[in-house]
Amino acid sequence: MDSLSLIAMVSIITAGLTMAIGSIGPAFGEARAVAQALNAIAQQPDEAGTITRTLFVGLAMIESTAIYCFVMAMILIFANPFWDYAITAAGS
Amino acid sequence: MNITPDSIILWEWEFLHINATIAFTWGVMALLVGGSWLITRHLTSVAEIPRWQNLLEVIVTGMRNQIREVSHQEPGLYLPFVGTLFLFIVSANLLTIVPGFIAPTGSLSTTTALAISVFVAVPLFGIAHEGLGSYLKHYIQPTPLMLPFNIIGELSRTIALAVRLYGNIMSGSIIIGILLSLTPFFFPVVMQLLGLITGTIQAYIFAILSMVYIASATAAQQTKSDKTRQT
Repeated sequence: MDSLSLIAMVSIITAGLTMAIGSIGPAFGEARAVAQALNAIAQQPDEAGTITRTLFVGLAMIESTAIYCFVMAMILIFANPFWDYAITAAGS
Repeated sequence: MNITPDSIILWEWEFLHINATIAFTWGVMALLVGGSWLITRHLTSVAEIPRWQNLLEVIVTGMRNQIREVSHQEPGLYLPFVGTLFLFIVSANLLTIVPGFIAPTGSLSTTTALAISVFVAVPLFGIAHEGLGSYLKHYIQPTPLMLPFNIIGELSRTIALAVRLYGNIMSGSIIIGILLSLTPFFFPVVMQLLGLITGTIQAYIFAILSMVYIASATAAQQTKSDKTRQT
């Protein structure tokens, strides 16, 4: 197997794994956060505004880990520097 | 498929390249400035105010209330900076419903520029609020051993701010692009609606987080124990 197809194969597999593993943790985290916030709102409906605002900021914090994984996967597939290097090396 | 509008060159002349990010950023800025200028030309304080002035008053009052609630300080000093960040990001994200418009926030250069302006503004507000020495003392709290971690935290939260906004907006446009080739018409429309919600929430979160960072740099001395440095 030549290096070009090796790079392509590893990049695609790693991108899939990145998304798969990288979304498990944030999914659990967001589920816990939302469940707790719903509990809190059910107990104290008056504080719904404050709880919702804190919830959104917290969710964005948690979600950003998943977003990092997504950005990495996109870089691996669409803007892979090693792939570009191998293409130029093969072309010259 | 483009993962950034930087690579769409609209016009070039010798060393000058106008890409889609620059063009649409200036478009959004022109819209905001021109719209505000048009509305604030005839400000009145009579009982029946014009419709558009009412809109602006609702937006500005809402931003002032949010800043006051988050920072427990008077919003006057922070409103121009945080409010501009929010208005720019939210209008850039919501204008994606206009056909042909590419959100400039879907480019890492735009979001990095916004995050760097927050990175610069935090020490400026902090020093203006409590002086240079007292601001620098924040970095060696609670012990001087924490100095490198505080500096790393400062840098990493800037990167996080930039990548979070970029990733959210870029993922929306990528998903729509992929869905257009798989199941045209219905699902892309649904994802576009989801993208509008995400765009609004991300603009809100960007503004709130920068306000939280500024508030943590300007907070009064007695609350220094609860200043968790978020990344």
